[in-house]
Amino acid sequence: MSAIQNIVMPKWGLAMQEGLVAAWHVPVDAVLEAGQDLLDIETSKIANVYESPVSGHLRRIVVAAGETVPVGALLGVCAPASVSDTEIDAHVKAFQDSFDWDGAKADTGPEPETAETTAGRLRFLRMGDGDGPSMLFLHGFGGDLNTWLFNQEVVAQSGRTIALDLPGHGGSTKDVGPGDLVTLAGAVMALMDHLSLPSAHLVGHSMGGATALLVALERPDRVASLTLLAPGGFGPAINMDYINGFIAEKRAKKLRAVLELLVADPTAITAEMVEEVIKVKRLDGVDAALKTLRDGLFPGGTQAIDLRDRLAALLCPVRVIWGRRDRILPASQADGVPASIRVTLLDAAGHMPHMESAATVNALLQEVMT
Amino acid sequence: MPMKSYRQAVNEALRQEMERDSRVILMGEDVAGGAGAPGEDDAWGGPLGVTKGLEPIFGRERVLDTPISESAFIGCAAGAAATGLRPVAELMFVDFMGVCFDQIFNQAAKFRYMFGGRATTPLVIRTMYGAGFRAASQHSQCLYPLFTHIPGLKVVLPSNAYEAKGLLIQAIRDDDPVIFFEHKAMYDEEVDVPDESYAIPFGEANVTREGDDCTIIAFGRMVNLANQAADNLGKSGITCTVVDPRTTSPLDRETILDTAGETGRVVVVDEAHPRCNMATDIAALICEHRFADLKGPIKQVTAPHAPVPFSPALEDLYIPGVPKIEAAVRELCGKGH
Amino acid sequence: MQLSRDDLRAAYQRMCLIRTFEDTVHEEFSAGNIPGFVHLYAGEEASAVGVCLHLDERDAIASTHRGHGHCIAKGCDPQAMMAEIYGRKDGLCGGKGGSMHIADLSKGMMGANGIVGGGPPLVCGAALSAKYRKTGGVAVAFVGDGGSNQGTTFESYNLAKIWNLPAIFIIEDNGYAESTASGWSVGGSQVGRAQGFGMPATEVDGHDFFAVWEAAREAIDRARSGQGPSLLHVRLNRYYGHFEGDALTYKAPGELEKVKMEQDALMLFRRRVTETALLDGGELDAIERDAEAQIAHCLASAKAAPMPTEADLMTDVYADYAS
Repeated sequence: MSAIQNIVMPKWGLAMQEGLVAAWHVPVDAVLEAGQDLLDIETSKIANVYESPVSGHLRRIVVAAGETVPVGALLGVCAPASVSDTEIDAHVKAFQDSFDWDGAKADTGPEPETAETTAGRLRFLRMGDGDGPSMLFLHGFGGDLNTWLFNQEVVAQSGRTIALDLPGHGGSTKDVGPGDLVTLAGAVMALMDHLSLPSAHLVGHSMGGATALLVALERPDRVASLTLLAPGGFGPAINMDYINGFIAEKRAKKLRAVLELLVADPTAITAEMVEEVIKVKRLDGVDAALKTLRDGLFPGGTQAIDLRDRLAALLCPVRVIWGRRDRILPASQADGVPASIRVTLLDAAGHMPHMESAATVNALLQEVMT
Repeated sequence: MPMKSYRQAVNEALRQEMERDSRVILMGEDVAGGAGAPGEDDAWGGPLGVTKGLEPIFGRERVLDTPISESAFIGCAAGAAATGLRPVAELMFVDFMGVCFDQIFNQAAKFRYMFGGRATTPLVIRTMYGAGFRAASQHSQCLYPLFTHIPGLKVVLPSNAYEAKGLLIQAIRDDDPVIFFEHKAMYDEEVDVPDESYAIPFGEANVTREGDDCTIIAFGRMVNLANQAADNLGKSGITCTVVDPRTTSPLDRETILDTAGETGRVVVVDEAHPRCNMATDIAALICEHRFADLKGPIKQVTAPHAPVPFSPALEDLYIPGVPKIEAAVRELCGKGH
Repeated sequence: MQLSRDDLRAAYQRMCLIRTFEDTVHEEFSAGNIPGFVHLYAGEEASAVGVCLHLDERDAIASTHRGHGHCIAKGCDPQAMMAEIYGRKDGLCGGKGGSMHIADLSKGMMGANGIVGGGPPLVCGAALSAKYRKTGGVAVAFVGDGGSNQGTTFESYNLAKIWNLPAIFIIEDNGYAESTASGWSVGGSQVGRAQGFGMPATEVDGHDFFAVWEAAREAIDRARSGQGPSLLHVRLNRYYGHFEGDALTYKAPGELEKVKMEQDALMLFRRRVTETALLDGGELDAIERDAEAQIAHCLASAKAAPMPTEADLMTDVYADYAS
């Protein structure tokens, strides 16, 4: 394997075909640590910091700030000092000559599938291959499988992954029954049955975290591990201003203020993200489903089900990841959990650690898969 | 999300609402085509194929070809709406309103108010408008200002395929008479459109660009041109807010006034003739309520006060274009930019 | 099908209500008590009642600017109608419609109409709705001889015919469109026009309740049984001007007096039912007295009713947004 390491335009989400390099956080010749902020990338839907996928000496910046290139295009090159400039020039030229500029744009990647299951129609996205248990991603309230755009593709390099739209969300059935965790957990089991998965690594965010937790408690035989990101079910407190605002606000200006509660850095919420959420909320049945879930999960403004007392009963490996700047579910809910549960608190993250600190979360997820 | 054309989006909205609600019926000249003729059924699906494929699904009982009698079938649709159906009538070109306007503005528009709130008229009239088709003076007009003038009518100007589907579904579910304007030059334009049904509420403007230097308020097809102008101007450091009001009645006064006040510079882009059009209406609204915030005059970019000409050489001059919008913004923002 | 004694009582009651209502409005308008302008139906009662006696809650009618008679015949509340004519808040349209726009969709009355020829297309719609929903309903357009010359009317004949709609067109020909004689303004004949569209058509004496009733029965039966539209050309006379204040100078001297003496619809009805001993004079007298008392009560309550206020000005412009 060459000592030269490529940094390429990542693919964030199904629709991403190209990205704009908005700014480099480091100059040429910088020494990079994997996970450090490397550059800002903007797509038509999202803007985020891209954290360095590698550690090493940044020898070339191939795409300057302000340029837009396809997914997979070479952005920069790392190599130790022992590699000569001539070798690096040759490496870059070889990459550029062989890169399929048109094909990169045309490649839409894997498409979500839908299945009629015992829990109704469910949409899910499969990525990756391998022999071990699949990693099954469960999004939070109001999200969908695209929540994992910074994570699923990375983890899929280590094995099979599946991101699910929970009932009431994305392309899945809008029938959420009484809007309780049992219904959501039932949908997870239904998909696992449909795909003949004996067990899976469950990754759940927020409401999806509470769902994963309930599955693990009720069917420990089907859960290989749990990774819970800012999970529900860890205490009564929840910021209902967020939940109610998410449901009620139909217009960009006001909804943006609500969505900004999700993240530590409000500039991460782009106009396009707000517009995407509005578009989802307009779909027939979504409003009713969200209200039913709210009333079922958070009656009287607190979480209906507190699973803390049952955490000690969990048999599988469990990790909890929480952003210290979470304004939806307080990170203090991770305090005092049984010692068997590993807790990772992230200083820079709000309620969306898998997006705000994607590299760190991805490293922990890959650890689970290997 | 799949890419769909404006034509597909309208067709899908009609199909999904007809599947959802058996009271929804279509009527109009050649909406299926071939009625009583020896050849193909569903021969046309409307003159530009927008309703193609609906008659084979729903049958001639629900997709009704009409004679060329706009007064009769537009009035018929109004009468059916007042007595339990939810008709979608197609007035092929809005220019033909001249022969049936009474049934729209004296009948359908008036029922609710004139009958003391005891009538409901869930009628949709779909109609083609706009220049660019080399269709000349009697098939190219905008005319939405005339309908906007009438209390009791709602007037919708979708600016792309996503908007068209959501706004048409809302129109069909709405309990008031709605005039739904489809720009004939946009039918092949594609954007992402969800397969699922969704409704976009009336009276909520869409802010398609956010900027600091100038607010461009544009209607219908002009929204895309305004977006292009804003993107071009952004490269030279002038940032614009672009507002698509979506409906001229109801009108989202709040968003228009807020965005106008935020930049203090306003360009209104309206494909209609310049007198008593949406541009004059919006300009007057802003002057009345945000005069103190304005840093310069409100610029109106419109078609000229002339009928739409036939010759491509003339029609291209006639239609407001991106360069005119950019020039208006640059003039307002001063030579410094 | 024959008219029962109850039918006859109901018919006479409706006709008397219309006559008394219109005579009362005439007096009140002359006294300056009614705003705007009114078009009165007195003299034409046999037409509205002879047709509407066949109709029920499935059926719809559209009327003309001369709509009070059609409203009463289709079952609208005379008290709410009178309040409407007085512009009162509890009028049938909340005081927003007035004489020319009285409607009650819940009774299948789609509105008097200020636009001559406005109704026939709407009736095609009501007929289409009934046909599509398979309610068994029919829809009736009342049209004046003036309205019979509008393009909307001809277009509606054609649409009703080619779609085989359960529609009936009643041409109430009172001889004058405003001040212009129908004999002068109508080319061809009403029956011939209908036949040109392939519609069965009959001319009928509109002073004769029984003639109208019989002709309407055939047309409505035809529509109800899926055999499409028909037209009735009903010849009759109006007792008052085109609108109140019209001095009727275009009529021949003595023309109206002769009609009232010889062809009055109420008189002809009374003569027929008493001569055949279907009803007796005392019963008819009682019906007349009841109608007078009822309309007197309507008038008093309308005059006492409150006016709408500024709060009502902007309501019901739209179903779901206030402008």
